[in-house]
Amino acid sequence: MRIEKTQIVSVSEVQSGIFILTVESEYFAAATLPGQFFNIRVSESLFPLLRRPFSISDLTGKNLSFMFDVHGEGTKILSQKRAGEWLDIIGPLGHGFGIEGEYESAIIVAGGLGVAPFPYLTKKIRNKKKIYSFIGARSSRHLVTQGIVNVYSATDDGTTGYYGNVVDLLKLKISEIPGIKKIFSCGPTPMLKSLTDWVNFVGIESEVSLECAMACGFGICQGCPAELHDGSGYKLVCKDGPVFNSQEIIIS
Amino acid sequence: MTDLSVKIKDVVFRNPVLLASGTVGYGDEISNFCDLNKIGGIVTKSLSLKPRKGNPPQRIVETASGMLNAIGLANVGVEEFLKTKLPNLAGYDTNIICNIAASSPEEYIECTRILTTESAINGFEINVSCPNVKDGGLEFGNNLDAVRRITAGVRAVTDKLLIVKLSPNVARISDFARVVSEEGGDAVSAINTLVGTSIDIRTRKPKLFNVTGGLSGPAIKPVALAKVLEIKRNVRIPIIGIGGISKWEDIIEFILAGASCIQVGTMNFISPDFAEKVVAEIAGYCEQNNIPVLNELTGAVRLP
Repeated sequence: MRIEKTQIVSVSEVQSGIFILTVESEYFAAATLPGQFFNIRVSESLFPLLRRPFSISDLTGKNLSFMFDVHGEGTKILSQKRAGEWLDIIGPLGHGFGIEGEYESAIIVAGGLGVAPFPYLTKKIRNKKKIYSFIGARSSRHLVTQGIVNVYSATDDGTTGYYGNVVDLLKLKISEIPGIKKIFSCGPTPMLKSLTDWVNFVGIESEVSLECAMACGFGICQGCPAELHDGSGYKLVCKDGPVFNSQEIIIS
Repeated sequence: MTDLSVKIKDVVFRNPVLLASGTVGYGDEISNFCDLNKIGGIVTKSLSLKPRKGNPPQRIVETASGMLNAIGLANVGVEEFLKTKLPNLAGYDTNIICNIAASSPEEYIECTRILTTESAINGFEINVSCPNVKDGGLEFGNNLDAVRRITAGVRAVTDKLLIVKLSPNVARISDFARVVSEEGGDAVSAINTLVGTSIDIRTRKPKLFNVTGGLSGPAIKPVALAKVLEIKRNVRIPIIGIGGISKWEDIIEFILAGASCIQVGTMNFISPDFAEKVVAEIAGYCEQNNIPVLNELTGAVRLP
């Protein structure tokens, strides 16, 4: 974990409104695991004031990529960056996905931009595990599958893939997935809630990557609590997560 | 070479830059970025007698040039602090100020009584101004009698540096500083956060679970500076200036207004190496302007 000024390699709009920003950093590239995140200062001025957290989306050589859509001032500024500009980044932060283990089938479940961390995860495990990727979105033009393999898609409006939500699609297909399974998920809270309620009931090992408003990203502001199932209080999304075992935390 | 040191009571700060309570935990994480040996001191996250879980999410909202927080004094409690946090902090060559938050005058006194026996602790900052808890906090901070009772009670159990952190959410902050001074407090910190809120127009709900939170960041600097000046003009007590410091020039402003030391707060979230870097920048300013002793600038504002 350190602060680094990294140089932007490229910023590209991969599909309507969805951007991939790539920076170069030898240290970050060597130190980063799937599911970890970076807190990016989008402007050298104090507007916007806080950094913006982004999970590592892909990693190739010394190049780290972040995927985002424009939904506020911070992401708007980032989308307008150009190759060669410098970006002040803190990372890698938090704990990533537990990709080691005895499981045979890795099941990715993502909703919307929740797909962001999975190209890198896919790259890390595709030679060792069978991967099944359940990707949901509002419609076909919001569906992002870049860097994802063996995709089962679902859209809210039925414009592509299964007509309905991605968790229902997973329930339909789960019996076709062989061997010991492990689920890796990220996406909107209602999706994660319905997914974890179900996987905790059926007893599939499952990890969930959470999002939360935060200021610092490394534990000092205490701004991003995740409530523990055992009633003992909170952990921090930034420092103890963002990836948690789905049995450990309450999603609400 | 400019002398940046500041002495308050018997505590010598190597420079006036301290890290504000609630913005650096107990030093564990910030020390990855900021060399604690190079700053004046660190003020711990508020400690209460027993651990506090803090508020449910959402705890943080970004605002124009600032942020609202409603953490709710989440902390490990005095016992855990002594066992797992203080030993690590004590390894740094810097001043350790324990911030104490409580829900009764007795609890403030009890916390202080326990902690004051620790030689690694250099002083206390009594938080009577947290806006985010129902019991205690601001309830004390805007009540002169409560601040008087708490200051006197804590003073009776410690000979160490005693600072009281004041709320800006009062009519005349200098009245509170005077009470602290009269009851034997050694300094005041000014200011804690300003009460604010933010509403999601889509859901029509407050963004913070706690409804209101404490506003910090550059947005509050002019308010904080005016409060420091008000105290300086009315009460003889050392002032630790806090509020929206985001560049070295802000620190000089606070010192001119009357601050002996300052605390860096929200900026730690954005640039966790800011405090260390800003010390060098202040030293550079002093050298360029032939200021041999920085604390001679305290209160040197030229008023009309």
